[in-house]
Amino acid sequence: MSAGTGLDERNQGRMSGAQMILEALKDHGVDTIFGYPGGAVLPIYDEIFQQDFVRHILVRHEQGAGHMAEGYARSTGRCGVMLVTSGPGATNAVTALTDAMMDSIPLVCITGQVPTHLIGNDAFQECDTVGITRPCTKHNWLVRRVEDLPRILHEAFYVATTGRPGPVVVDVPKDVQIAMGVYDPPRGTRHKTYQPRIEPEMAGIRQAVALMKAASRPILYTGGGLINAGPAASHLLRELADLTGFPVTSTLMGLGALPASHPQWLGMLGMHGTYEANLAMHGCDLMVCIGARFDDRITGRVDAFSPGSRKIHIDIDPSSINKNVKVDLPIIGDAARAMEDIVRVWSENGPHERSRLKPWWDDIAKWRAKDSLGYKRRPGTIMPQEAIEELYHHTKDRDVYVTTDVGQHQMWAAQFFGFEQPNRWMTSGGLGTMGYGMPAAIGAQIAHPDSLVVCIAGDASIQMNIQELSTAVQYELPVKIFILNNQYMGMVRQWQQLNHGNRHSHSYSEALPDFVKLAEAYGVKGMQVTDPARLSDAILEMIEHKGPVLMDCRVANLTNCFPMIPSGKAHNEILLAAEDDVEAEAVEHALDDAGAALV
Amino acid sequence: MNQPIGIAPALRPEDAQERHTLSVLVDNEPGVLARVIGLFSGRGYNIDSLTVSETEHERGLSRITIVTTGTPMVIDQIKNQLARLVPVHRVADLTADKRDAIERELALVKVRGRGEERLEALRLAQAFEARTIDATLESFVFEVTGGTADIERFVKLMASVGLVEVSRTGIAAITRGGETT
Ligand SMILES: Cc1ncc(C[n+]2csc(CCOP(=O)(O)OP(=O)(O)O)c2C)c(N)n1
Ligand SMILES: [Mg+2]
Repeated sequence: MSAGTGLDERNQGRMSGAQMILEALKDHGVDTIFGYPGGAVLPIYDEIFQQDFVRHILVRHEQGAGHMAEGYARSTGRCGVMLVTSGPGATNAVTALTDAMMDSIPLVCITGQVPTHLIGNDAFQECDTVGITRPCTKHNWLVRRVEDLPRILHEAFYVATTGRPGPVVVDVPKDVQIAMGVYDPPRGTRHKTYQPRIEPEMAGIRQAVALMKAASRPILYTGGGLINAGPAASHLLRELADLTGFPVTSTLMGLGALPASHPQWLGMLGMHGTYEANLAMHGCDLMVCIGARFDDRITGRVDAFSPGSRKIHIDIDPSSINKNVKVDLPIIGDAARAMEDIVRVWSENGPHERSRLKPWWDDIAKWRAKDSLGYKRRPGTIMPQEAIEELYHHTKDRDVYVTTDVGQHQMWAAQFFGFEQPNRWMTSGGLGTMGYGMPAAIGAQIAHPDSLVVCIAGDASIQMNIQELSTAVQYELPVKIFILNNQYMGMVRQWQQLNHGNRHSHSYSEALPDFVKLAEAYGVKGMQVTDPARLSDAILEMIEHKGPVLMDCRVANLTNCFPMIPSGKAHNEILLAAEDDVEAEAVEHALDDAGAALV
Repeated sequence: MNQPIGIAPALRPEDAQERHTLSVLVDNEPGVLARVIGLFSGRGYNIDSLTVSETEHERGLSRITIVTTGTPMVIDQIKNQLARLVPVHRVADLTADKRDAIERELALVKVRGRGEERLEALRLAQAFEARTIDATLESFVFEVTGGTADIERFVKLMASVGLVEVSRTGIAAITRGGETT
């Protein structure tokens, strides 16, 4: 117990605000938090020091703490927790909070704040944390009285983890951390305003089944919401796919819900999705969207998006319905519950003529035959796709978790790494945060100490949170960081080639560090591979190494990532890799001026 | 286009701009207004009028009345986004389907002038049933209550007889009949 607490007070259930925070973490089953100390959280750190049920991971930058908590959350399905100080600690957390908001990751972020009597005075390390984080959290609270702290902490976990998950911030002034009060444990009562709808309406389910039975060109389009709905949801998706015989595609966030080896899997859809997935979306007569949100990376040009289909949208968040695309049948509820009902009603509902899907699968087979992910190997040079394929080949039979940074390497990872299970793939989808990969890998490794955790990084992205190598070393986390080093901000360069006359304005990775030496400076094993003939051995050596490894995998510099639906184009205007894509006319003139204005 | 089926919202003309009055019942906690306003500015929705005040002290509830314009799809979005905010209890669309709502606002109108103009201002005020709540030898302050259109007409008329300042409350709205929103 903390020295400042009289035994008498303890006996009456009284404790300090800081102790309440630790107590609440325990009550919510939190075993690990990611944080960084500072003046405004010292009372909490003092309590952390004097207990051993919550493990604190000291990061090197608060953004790292946030992405670690995200990696922890996404690889476990549990809530991630981070702790940062006031002012710069809180502002450094903003990118990670926004990332979690965009990708619906449950996260509780506790921030220290200056004492209540100083709030508003521009005190040292004061910032308006609740003001700054209001748009990038699901909800946030400034705790002005210790009496409110236990309730708010319990609410914070409830809001972060129920309905559509998301990040929350609890801002705790230092005097509230020190003040004494009575701690009430969580009681699991209904929240007075926030009650997301979990059970779907049966009328909608019946209509959905009727539409599905009548469809001749159906497709299941799934997203991150299905992963968030838990492993049962992924299991049900497989059941639904087997039962219906429908083809399945998913967003970047939804990979792994259906095993990549499943014969009905079309691969990822969207801007860098497969030809077959995108053309099937374009040509379907019934789209069943489960836990995805018709994001612009998925739809391309909205008015040309899947023009001939009826659309069913299953989502737990009513605000996702009709946001970007008007749907015919919305179903509000938990994805697993909805699929469970659909599977049941489908089976009760008389036979289904599978043969009616035959012409549709014939079309899909033709599209598949294009082999849209195909690429040419080059003697003496490692192709980036080849590197991912090789990595996949050597890790697929292991217990592996994969994270990425943002850029071409991220898309190649999504295209070439096959995921057989949910919660194995962690990438920054909505916000597209460079620097997400390594801290997320650290978070996943902490949650799964005996598993293989690989971060597929970019040469530019990795430098955004490189300091977290030190965290990996401190906690002996054997993460494998596989840098697909093309010496460019490849994705930026690709867009410059498409939209801006191939003028490489500031997209060359000038003055790259010597990654091997950099790794060694941190006490990490550094490796470099340049020769395709050595690639396989190098990957094996990386995997077999007991500790963390930073691998500088040198790949072809100017490769473009295909297929690609340029911004503002329709699915059937998808670009495929040309013979020599660098000079391909199609690429250079793919976009007009209007396209250049899009993101 | 396919016909909408089942529980899909009834189709209204897709691109028509509609004006809706929303009544939002919220927990009266710090920052709740900032959340609502931030939602509108962050997502680019219009606010034509916004009023807020505590309405049920014991239960700690406030009512925010928002008048907004947008296409039917945007209006639905606004309602769903508002309902998603944690401190929001209920969002009622007072303009939606057949609901009959009463809308009122109050304006304080200051006019300055002498002679004939001054008399004309007073006559107009009487015609609009405005109360004179302050007077000097060269100015009046009128209080006028009514629907937005009435207020607007009054203010426009006053402009030609010496209007110098207006302060308006924005719209308060409630449904007719015994039902609550
Ligand atoms: C924090 C941040 N800043 C800028 C961007 C814009 N951006 C997207 S991809 C990219 C280049 C990434 O380069 P690299 O990590 O080397 O990956 P590559 O595309 O070469 O595989 C940039 C700058 C971003 N996504 N995130
Ligand atoms: Mg690069």
